[in-house]
Amino acid sequence: MKIYFAPLKFSNKDVTVRLNKELSGIFLVHIEIIHINIDLSESYSSERKQYHSTKIIESALSKTDFADGKVLILTEADLYVPVLTFVFGEAQLGGKLSIVSVCRLHEEFYTGHTNEELFYERTKKEVLHELGHTFGLLHCFDWDCVMHSSNSIEEVDIKGNTYCKHCFDDIKNQIPLHFKE
Amino acid sequence: MNKERIMIVDDEKIVRESLYHWFLDEGYEVDTAESGEAALKKFDKDKFDLILLDMKMPGMSGLDLLPRLKQIDNDCFVILITAYASVPSAIQALKEGAFDYITKPVDPEELNHIVKNALQQKKLKTENDQLKSKIDELIMPDNLVGESIQMKKIFELINTVAQTDTTVLIRGESGTGKELVAKAIHLNSKRKYFPIVTVNCGAMPDSLLETELFGHEKGAFTGAHYRRKGKFEMADGGTIFLDEVGTITPKMQVDLLRVIETKKFSRIGGNETIESDFRVIAATNEQLENLVKEGKFREDLYYRLNVFTVFVPPLRERKEDIQILANFFRQKYATMMNKNIKSISAEAMNFLMEHEWRGNVRELENAIERAIVVGKKDIITLEDLPFNPSHEDLGSETDKSLGANEKKYIFKILRENSWNISRSADILDIDRVTLYNKINKYGLKKD
Ligand SMILES: [Zn+2]
Ligand SMILES: [Zn+2]
Repeated sequence: MKIYFAPLKFSNKDVTVRLNKELSGIFLVHIEIIHINIDLSESYSSERKQYHSTKIIESALSKTDFADGKVLILTEADLYVPVLTFVFGEAQLGGKLSIVSVCRLHEEFYTGHTNEELFYERTKKEVLHELGHTFGLLHCFDWDCVMHSSNSIEEVDIKGNTYCKHCFDDIKNQIPLHFKE
Repeated sequence: MNKERIMIVDDEKIVRESLYHWFLDEGYEVDTAESGEAALKKFDKDKFDLILLDMKMPGMSGLDLLPRLKQIDNDCFVILITAYASVPSAIQALKEGAFDYITKPVDPEELNHIVKNALQQKKLKTENDQLKSKIDELIMPDNLVGESIQMKKIFELINTVAQTDTTVLIRGESGTGKELVAKAIHLNSKRKYFPIVTVNCGAMPDSLLETELFGHEKGAFTGAHYRRKGKFEMADGGTIFLDEVGTITPKMQVDLLRVIETKKFSRIGGNETIESDFRVIAATNEQLENLVKEGKFREDLYYRLNVFTVFVPPLRERKEDIQILANFFRQKYATMMNKNIKSISAEAMNFLMEHEWRGNVRELENAIERAIVVGKKDIITLEDLPFNPSHEDLGSETDKSLGANEKKYIFKILRENSWNISRSADILDIDRVTLYNKINKYGLKKD
């Protein structure tokens, strides 16, 4: 099994490099950066000036047949699903694809101040969170666990940046080969 | 995690689907219906705790359906989904028994809040008598371990104080695990389903700490593009943990005292009074009594915080825990790094037992983590520990300047902590920004 990062309208190399290194350490799998050719304009709502995340996942699905494992799309695009004002990300529960938008993870978005370290920390949390959903994890009660739901940036900041033991055991059960002693 | 049953009734497929997935992730059992008629059929057969109901649907509208649902099951809670234009009729529906309404598109935090609220009220309604039936076992954070008399005493104190809503002051040297004690108190209290929110008071200048604690309104200062909740607001229902409370300035002490006493405050740049129901746990490694005598810490705030005190002893005063802790960390990091390191050699353990541990449990944890990183065998030996002479290259003969030694020391700590900035800053007892500045100043780079 592999994990694939697919940057889409996303060019922050420092972040992908750091994530790559940290995540391969966590999941003990190889992480590959891929490029998938998706026309973002198909999921754009001119009324809301945002992108419909479910549609992006749908179009990515047909283009990632080759990928054996999990595909995570990283994007600067601001995402929504129709009933909600925005989403930080979306995932196919127990499936292959997930997407994380970093648009609302930038500290500038809220305060005008840049904070690269905080930005990276938030991105890592949301990436681990959405990947967790593709491993079939639901939201966790433990605020120290990255699988706790986060419906606002404040909640992203206060929740933990790792899986709790319980959630991580569930993941390990799905990629057992890599965790054998 | 949630076994409550939720039904979404909406004629728009896209709305049904996005809400369906949203609730599924939360762990609920979810069903959908595309019309009032279909909803009634399902409702006849199954029980639901909560219905999300679209007001406007072709055929039977949400407003027509509401009384019929209530007729079948009066205990079921209904949340209406409306467009902005139909808010007045939604308000009418509230009078007819709907619990609340949301307008499309809804803020995810608001939706979460309304749903949790509805389900909580429903639970209270139905399970009122079962509430106080069982006493839960004490839950401890994984790494709060120890079998010494001192630690057993602390577990007892945690148990006692967790049952109450009293303010707690945790005292002890840095690295002793004060934040773990705070977490244990929170986890064993009735507030455990709400967050414990940590504020490191020592790491920030006043202006930042103020916005951190109280939040700000949109436009409160240049660049404030968005409303932001503060830590006191986030701790609503839960616990706020004020770490290094002894370092805050006199001005912040006044603000803090006021919020702790009134549980009310305003966001920076706003007039609205926000109320929040939080419990306060504070921690310090300073002699607050001395600070009070010197006039550096307000006496009234001191008494406010010092209601129930837990002293966490330094590691050197509970040596019998060193072995348990060392093995606990060995196992933790061996698993994390997927290494097969099964024990610690007698020689290495002797050394650990005799070491002074100025940095307490945190220093011990770092030492073991490092040993696991560098360890080549299935046992941790003395050579793997970061204290042998080849690592102690501080303060050589030629360099006596403060700057040169600071540079070396910072580099050493960074290397020992695999360049983990937060952890290194913690050990150096400076904030992350200062550490970054020093890294830049000395041009330090990962080797
Ligand atoms: Zn989620
Ligand atoms: Zn978890």
